[in-house]
Amino acid sequence: MSAGIGTGLGLTVRGLTTLFDTPRGMALAVADVDLDVGPGEMVGLVGESGSGKSVTLRSIMGLIQTPGHVTGKVEWGGRDLVAMPAEELRRIRGSEIAMIFQEPMTALNPVLPVGLQLEENLVAHTRLNARERRARALELMNIVGIPAAERRLNEYPHQFSGGMRQRAMIAIALACSPKLLLADEPTTALDVTIQDQILKLLLDLRDRLAMSVVLVTHDLGVIAGTCDRMAVMYAGRIVEMGTVIDVFRQPRHPYTRGLLGSVPRAGAVRTMLSSIEGTPPGLTDLPAGCAFHPRCSFATDICRQERPPLQSLGADRKVACFHHDRVAAAEAIL
Amino acid sequence: MSVAVEKIGLYPRFRRLALPRTLISGAIIIGVSLLIAFFPALFAPYDPIAFDYKALLKGPTLAHPFGTDSFGRDVLSRVIHAYTIDMQIAVFATVGPFIFGTIVGAYVGYAGGLAEAIFGRVVDAVITFPFLVLVIAIVSVLGPGLGNMYVAVGIVGWVFYARLVAAEVKVQKRLDYADAGRVMGYTPMRIVFRHLLPNAITPAIVYWMTDMALAILLGSSLGYLGLGAQPPAAEWGVQIADGKNFMSTAWWISVFPGIAIVITGLGFSLLGDGLAQLMRVRR
Repeated sequence: MSAGIGTGLGLTVRGLTTLFDTPRGMALAVADVDLDVGPGEMVGLVGESGSGKSVTLRSIMGLIQTPGHVTGKVEWGGRDLVAMPAEELRRIRGSEIAMIFQEPMTALNPVLPVGLQLEENLVAHTRLNARERRARALELMNIVGIPAAERRLNEYPHQFSGGMRQRAMIAIALACSPKLLLADEPTTALDVTIQDQILKLLLDLRDRLAMSVVLVTHDLGVIAGTCDRMAVMYAGRIVEMGTVIDVFRQPRHPYTRGLLGSVPRAGAVRTMLSSIEGTPPGLTDLPAGCAFHPRCSFATDICRQERPPLQSLGADRKVACFHHDRVAAAEAIL
Repeated sequence: MSVAVEKIGLYPRFRRLALPRTLISGAIIIGVSLLIAFFPALFAPYDPIAFDYKALLKGPTLAHPFGTDSFGRDVLSRVIHAYTIDMQIAVFATVGPFIFGTIVGAYVGYAGGLAEAIFGRVVDAVITFPFLVLVIAIVSVLGPGLGNMYVAVGIVGWVFYARLVAAEVKVQKRLDYADAGRVMGYTPMRIVFRHLLPNAITPAIVYWMTDMALAILLGSSLGYLGLGAQPPAAEWGVQIADGKNFMSTAWWISVFPGIAIVITGLGFSLLGDGLAQLMRVRR
C-alpha cells in the first residue's frame, strides 16, 4: 500500500528532526525521519527505549516543548502541522488526529469523572448540547466495550481497572471520530490478556471507522499481530522499513535481525535467545558513521566512517545498511 | 477463610470513615465560632456597647461572668459580639487573596518563562518585607478601618497562594494527562483551570485555613494599634487595647478577648492540619 503523497489523504512526514538543547550538548532525538501512513493503514514504529519512537510521535503531534525543537514537514490533509499556527493545530488535535498514551493511569485526570473527561473533547470540538454529549459519551463507551456505561460515566479513573482505563482513554480519543490515531505504547502497561483485547479493539476500530493508526511499541509481537507496515528506529533514525511480512521474513538491517533474534517464539526448538550486545548510544554523542556499528557483527571500515543512507529496495522496502545483502543472506534466525 | 476476606473487604471502608482527630476538633471549634458569629444576640446576655456607670471595672461575677470594662460594658457580651467582626476578618481578609493568588499562580505555573521570572521577583520583594510592617504601611496610607485593612492584607497575601499553586501546577503540567489535554486540542485556559487546577489546589486550601488564623491575629493586632476595627466596635484587638491601661487592676478586660483569639486561631490551625492529613491519606 503506498501512501498518497500530495493527495491530501493520510499522513506524510518528511525530514522530521527533533533536537533537544541539553547541558551536555545537542541531543538528536529524531533525525530526518520520513514516514507515510495511508488511509486506514496501521503502521508500527519499533525500537529500543530511547530510540526516538515516542519523540517522533510527539513531534508529529506538536507536543515538543522547549528546550526541544522540531524541524521538517508533517503533512496532514495538505497542511503542514509543524509550521501551522497554534490555534489551527489545536483545532486539528483531538478532532482529526488523536493520541493515546502508554500509562492510562496517568493520562486520565484523577479528580474528574470519566464521563466528564469524555465530554470535554466534545465541548472543545463540537457544538453538541449537554444531552447530545451525554448520548455520544454513552455511545463511545459502548464502542470501546465498557459495560454498564451509564454508571461508569460517573465514576473516577481510580475506580477503573487498567484495561478499562485504556478503553476509556481510547473512547476519549475517538470522541470526534479522528482520521488518525497515534498510539504511544498503548498496551505496554497492561497484562497480556488485556493487551490482546486492546489490540483487537484497535484493529476493529480501524476497520469500522476507516482510521489510520501509528502504533509505537517495543514489542515485535504486537507489531506482527496488528500492523500492515513497520519502521524500525535506532538512535533517532529509521533504519529499516517495509511491510510487516517482508521485514519479519527477511530482515535486512543487522539491528532488525538482532531484535527478531531476541524474541522467543512458540513452536520453535528452544535455544538460547540471542541478545544485541552493548547498549544504545547516548543521543548527545552518537558514534561516527553508522550509529549501530559498535554493536554490529557485520560492521566493516566503511560503517565506522560513513553513515549509510536509507535506500529504497523495491516497492515499500527501505534499509539503511551498507551490508544489507550480507544480512539478508545470513543464516535465518527464525 | 471467608471471614478473613470479609475483614479485608471491610477494613478500607472503615478507614475511610475515620477522619483525623485534628480535623474533627478543628471543625467543632470553627463550627461553634461561626454559629456565635452569625447569631451573637442569642448568646450575649447584654448589649455590647451599652454603658453601665453603676458597674465600672467589676471583676467576674455571676451577673458579669467575664467582668465589665471601664465604661461598664459587659466583657462577655463584647467578646461574643466580636466573633462577628473577627470571623468576618478571617474570611474576608483571605478569600480575595485565595482566589486571586490561585488564578495568578495557575497562570504563572503553566506559562513559565517570562511570567515566572517576573512573578519570582514580586515574590522576593514581598517576602523580604515583614508582613505586618508592610500591611501597617499600606493601612496608614489608605487610612484605618476594616475595608482598608482587607485591601492591605489582600495586596500582600495573594503572593503566598500564588506561590503554592504555581509550584503545584508546574508539577501537574508535566504529567501525561496534561499532555493528553493538549493532544485533545483543549485550549490552554481549559487545561489549566479545568484539568490542572483541581489537582493543584489542595496545598492552597490547606494554607487558607492556617491563613485565617493568621488573619485573625493580624486583624486584632491592627485593631489593637487602632488601624483595624474602630472603637466602640466590639473586636478582640480593640478590647485588648481598651484594657491595657487597667492590666494590673482589671486583667479580665484584656485576658478574655485574648483567650478567644487563641481558641479561634487554634481551631483554624487544627482544621488546616486535619485537612492536610486527610489529603495526604487520599493521595
